[in-house]
Amino acid sequence: MLPITKTPKCYVGGAFIRSESGRVYPLSSASGEFLAHIPLCSRKDLRNAVEAAAKAGPGWARRSPYNRAQILYRLAEMLESRSAEMASALTTPNSPGEIEVRTTIDRIVHFAGWADKYEQVLGSVNPVASSHFNFTVTEPVGIVGILAPENSPLLALMTLILPAIVAGNAVVALASESQPYPAILLGELLAVSDLPGGVVNLLTGPRSEMLSTFATHEHLRALAATASPEEATQLQAGAAESIKRVVLHDPACDWASPHHHTPYAIRDFTEAKTVWHPVGA
Amino acid sequence: MPASSLRRLLDDIGTVDATGIEERVAHYPTRSIKKQAKTFGLKLAVSMVDLTTLEGKDTPGKIASLCRKALCPHPEGDLPRVAAVCVYPSMVRHAVPHVQGTGVRIASVATAFPSGQAPLKTRLAEVRQAVADGADEIDMVINRGAFLAGEFAQMQDEIAAVVEACGESTLKVILETSELETYDNIRAASFLAMRVIRPGDFIKTSTGKTSANATLGNQQVMLDAIRDHFLATGVEIAMKPAGGIKNAKQALQFLVAVKETLGDAWLRPSRYRFGASSLLNDLLRQLETQRTGAYQAPWTFTEDSSGY
Repeated sequence: MLPITKTPKCYVGGAFIRSESGRVYPLSSASGEFLAHIPLCSRKDLRNAVEAAAKAGPGWARRSPYNRAQILYRLAEMLESRSAEMASALTTPNSPGEIEVRTTIDRIVHFAGWADKYEQVLGSVNPVASSHFNFTVTEPVGIVGILAPENSPLLALMTLILPAIVAGNAVVALASESQPYPAILLGELLAVSDLPGGVVNLLTGPRSEMLSTFATHEHLRALAATASPEEATQLQAGAAESIKRVVLHDPACDWASPHHHTPYAIRDFTEAKTVWHPVGA
Repeated sequence: MPASSLRRLLDDIGTVDATGIEERVAHYPTRSIKKQAKTFGLKLAVSMVDLTTLEGKDTPGKIASLCRKALCPHPEGDLPRVAAVCVYPSMVRHAVPHVQGTGVRIASVATAFPSGQAPLKTRLAEVRQAVADGADEIDMVINRGAFLAGEFAQMQDEIAAVVEACGESTLKVILETSELETYDNIRAASFLAMRVIRPGDFIKTSTGKTSANATLGNQQVMLDAIRDHFLATGVEIAMKPAGGIKNAKQALQFLVAVKETLGDAWLRPSRYRFGASSLLNDLLRQLETQRTGAYQAPWTFTEDSSGY
């Protein structure tokens, strides 16, 4: 039988796209043999992905928290059903991929659970001295840019994406440049997970080329990134110009650690809204 | 017989090679326009916009903010004013106090826009009222029923009557290309209109109120007609595509078509306009991106008329 080879594509706006630039870069297996050409996305692809996220974001934010939980849980189901394929994409000579897949599924289920619960933790009823019922609720910040680290190409990517989308944000994420294939597979899982197209947009390609655009794009309201000290400076300078929040993670951190299981990761991608509601004396 | 009168006209003016037109316009989007050329093109496009609001829910207040947007599209970046505001006849008098003497013109759709299905007397009265209220430009619709029935003389007589009713005001003749159905018909209607309007008057693609709007293809047919008419008679007719031009990239492609068909003489607001509402903010967004080097968010700009 003739083998059918796959053309890996990025998942943007609910569609599988090539880079608008037409560029690709070769991907090799751990043993050094050629596997496939991966899209080498450009700044314009990032811009287009932000447009797609802007279209999808408000609808996603209006979904009920319970519905967001169901959809994220379904993403875990989809990953479970293709776990063997994902594990083989993640396997390196030093580490088997199965553990990373299992941990990622756990993390998705963990954050799916938070979808209709984080509001109870992050929101509050505030004591005030006047005759008001004063309470604080959270709202999504908007579109979140994500720069994933080179290692843990699935687990780290999802650890950065999940807190943002649980809260009703849309994301544009740049996958690991050296290990992009798990993100390509992730796009195929997202496409069948009931997540509305455009809520998660995945790009592959050169981090150095796109970093400054992530930093300065006015439409991105927050960044979640792992960055070297130089990159962090660049991100913060651009973010200051466009007044966006930057959440930096240590690239060397243990992505499998349960320390990442926290609703306070969700808080980074929410704005607090406080309401003073008059009540009778 | 409609067929024979159209045939006689097309024998005179020539037919359209539809495949050739499609092939030609398919190449316009491949032109690479970057840096200074892009900024020049975007600013030129801003100066050519007929900033339009044609809604049943238009109020004097909305017209006022439309006019303010027309006068100052964006405070940064040394931008030109738009060419005109385009409103319904009943709103002309509300626009006058805001734009009079500023160089921004007031265009008004008249003649029972968008269908044109009213008695000629009523349509002419509407034009006269809009002109009397202060409209510098009148956008009329042709009688598509008469054209499609082959009653070309009736269609031309009606346009001539509107020309007369316009007085000093510029006339734009809307062909409503989506209802003419073929490129041959668009070319025929263009010529019929151009033969009765004055130099400097416009032919315009569409009302923006039907499903199909301005495309590079039907604009190309009309630009070719303008060129052929100019070469035959020396009369310069202006062009206005309208409807469906929503972003800066499309606007630049339309301008490339003008440049390559009619030349630089048509690259000015008195010879070429965009009928659009949401286009302006995308032009501003791209200009700010060029100026600052950072992609812009939509909320950086005041709402255009499409945002109401």
